[in-house]
Amino acid sequence: MTDSANEVLYQARIPIYPRSVKGRFRTLKWGILTLAYSVYFLLPWLRWTRNAGPDQAVLFDIANRKFYLFDLVMHAEDLFWLTGFLLVAALLLFFVTGIAGRVFCGYFCFQTLWTDLYLLIERLVQGDRVARIRLDKSPWNGAKVFRKALTHILWLTVAFWTGLTFTLYWDNAPDLIVKWFTGKAPFAAYATTLFITATTYVMAGLAREQVCTYMCPYSRFQSVMFDADTRIVAYDVARGEGEAGRHKVTRELKTLEQRQQQGVGECIDCGYCVQVCPTGIDIRNGLQVQCISCALCIDACDTIMGSLGWDQGLIRYTSEKEAKGQKSRILKPKTIGYGLVLLAAVVALGWSVSNQAPLEMAVVQVRQPLFVRLSDGSVQNSYELHIENKTDQPVKLAIMMRGLAGAALDVGKLSSVEIGPQRSLRVHARVRWKSGSRHKGSRSFQFNIIPQTRHEIGMVSAPATFYMPGSKN
Amino acid sequence: MSDARKTQAAVQTTGHAWDGDIQEFNNPLPNWWLWAFYATVVFAVVYWIFYPAWPVGGGYTTGVMNDITFVDSDGTEKTMHWNTRALLLKDLQESKSATLSHEYLEKVKDADYQTILGDAEMMAFTRSMAVGLFGDNCAACHGAGGTGVIGLFPNLADDDWLWGGTVEDIQTTITNGRYGFMPSFRETFNDKQLDDVAAYVLSLSGQHKADASVARGKAIFQTSTGGCYYCHGHDAKGMKSQGSANLTDQIWTIADVPDADTQEQKLAAVKAVVTHGVQRTMPHWSDRLDKTQIKLLTVYVHELGGGQ
Repeated sequence: MTDSANEVLYQARIPIYPRSVKGRFRTLKWGILTLAYSVYFLLPWLRWTRNAGPDQAVLFDIANRKFYLFDLVMHAEDLFWLTGFLLVAALLLFFVTGIAGRVFCGYFCFQTLWTDLYLLIERLVQGDRVARIRLDKSPWNGAKVFRKALTHILWLTVAFWTGLTFTLYWDNAPDLIVKWFTGKAPFAAYATTLFITATTYVMAGLAREQVCTYMCPYSRFQSVMFDADTRIVAYDVARGEGEAGRHKVTRELKTLEQRQQQGVGECIDCGYCVQVCPTGIDIRNGLQVQCISCALCIDACDTIMGSLGWDQGLIRYTSEKEAKGQKSRILKPKTIGYGLVLLAAVVALGWSVSNQAPLEMAVVQVRQPLFVRLSDGSVQNSYELHIENKTDQPVKLAIMMRGLAGAALDVGKLSSVEIGPQRSLRVHARVRWKSGSRHKGSRSFQFNIIPQTRHEIGMVSAPATFYMPGSKN
Repeated sequence: MSDARKTQAAVQTTGHAWDGDIQEFNNPLPNWWLWAFYATVVFAVVYWIFYPAWPVGGGYTTGVMNDITFVDSDGTEKTMHWNTRALLLKDLQESKSATLSHEYLEKVKDADYQTILGDAEMMAFTRSMAVGLFGDNCAACHGAGGTGVIGLFPNLADDDWLWGGTVEDIQTTITNGRYGFMPSFRETFNDKQLDDVAAYVLSLSGQHKADASVARGKAIFQTSTGGCYYCHGHDAKGMKSQGSANLTDQIWTIADVPDADTQEQKLAAVKAVVTHGVQRTMPHWSDRLDKTQIKLLTVYVHELGGGQ
């Protein structure tokens, strides 16, 4: 047997116990977390008055095929706005990552946000880093069982509330939550909640940094967007190592002057930056694929340097170019290009959303039969007019036809119809035309619907085709 | 996170050697796979307990705690173990769309025809329900679009009505059926007389120039020699009570005149009808469809082409 055949290629998770730290980036991260959580957990409960529709501000009503976003009602045919939104999101990613690096990963990603909260719970129940390491090493006595159980119970509670909140976006929250707990909610509600609960608990509680390192494709291709000007978290090697390398503080190496004399760098090898890292790397080894740019190591080093009275910034946000002493640029073809395209996409999406037509009509030809010969020799075609009132108020419409000289429109008694707010209607219309034998084949014309109330809406037209029999009469 | 590669004790082989030195590793199954497999076994057993599963004797195990209550086809409420037929019936009765549908059906049931014809939402509902009913019941003869089959079943999409095109007439037709009868004149007329009658009939809709044959045919049609006017009327516009055709318009339901290429073919088509007569039945639907369904179909047929 050769050695390679005996090698085990699976790397089991090495437990990480991130230590707590205070600093401006930690404060910034807590701020972003609080804001994000407030939005996520409180938004389903926000009420909104509507003339027609639910009174929840943000509701994705799949069953009725309408998405409600404050005053905007998105219908099924407006789904391409979602495409536009995803396009904007992708362009924003390329644009921001090229300039600022993996700030999404470190500050905004929900994996980071929930892992931060779970770490906080762990710290509150089990203690800071040293206490947690000791607890894990200790035998399973009553105290350990209690602490571990409490941690997991709190984690499951947070996960459950996360999952339930996610479900509340898809139906009216006050009703759905009652139905959920009395067993009357639809199966999809329970399945969604349980699924999100399970994945939140596993990802934030158990998988942690492995998501960033192994699972997330985002994390991998962000690195592809880096260039020499991108903001990264970096350790100032020249300053920290000096000529002779870094060294802990000893009696001979206590002050800056002593250290500079001996050629020793400013890094006192306290290891704080390694202890706070949530992905467990040593940033002093350089930029690594696991680094999510959360800047906690910056806070850690700044704290130590501050307490020593030395200059901060031994670990700081910089760029590859700046680390070499060159100037890094933000305005360059890549960023300007992405920025312009992003701006164009945002403007296009914004324009499309704000110009949503209040009234829409589509004409569907009745193809069985395509035409009918009537008793006086004229030809009749039938159509279904699909009319949708996308406004918040009812509207009365007159149905007319134009473009076929001598043809008559027959809508029975429905020449004037009223459509309620956010409702649609199908009207069966017949067009009769005695065209004579000189006309064959097909002719185009149009249907018009003219609002008789609410004239600010304006007429809407839709094209249609009139089919005539071929050569035989 | 270290990059250490561990080695382990040499992997065991199955113990057998082929051809002297070819051996096979006996690696253990991955734990995650193994436990997932055990989980599927547990799932299966739980499934057997809660859902119908095993044939036993002449029946089968029905599972526990999975009863469904629904209203059976004869109107009685029934509770039985889980099965997809009961699930379907329950869904048809209680689902959101079924409830909405019942709401509208009640509205239509209570409304009169003129109200329905004047209400856009009721009309839209009627059309969509009736399309299904028409497809299930009427389309077999009258075609998916109601255009019928020439020679056999009338076209419902045009504005010519043999038995009347008002909603009351259409409702009567669907409810009670119709018997279309025209006597066969094979033994009454000789061949020349049949030709003359055919020529006259074609001339009524402007498809034959006035000549001696037409004049002779007119004499047969409008007098007791042929007696055609008894059913078709002196104006040849047909009679609703007899279901006799309007011979003066451009619509033909039995003689295939529109698709005839030559004048001879047209004459032959009409002559064949006069010779053989017409005996065709539309079945009655009062036993098969309830009053509301007939009402929906009446409105639908009325609005297809040109109700009166």
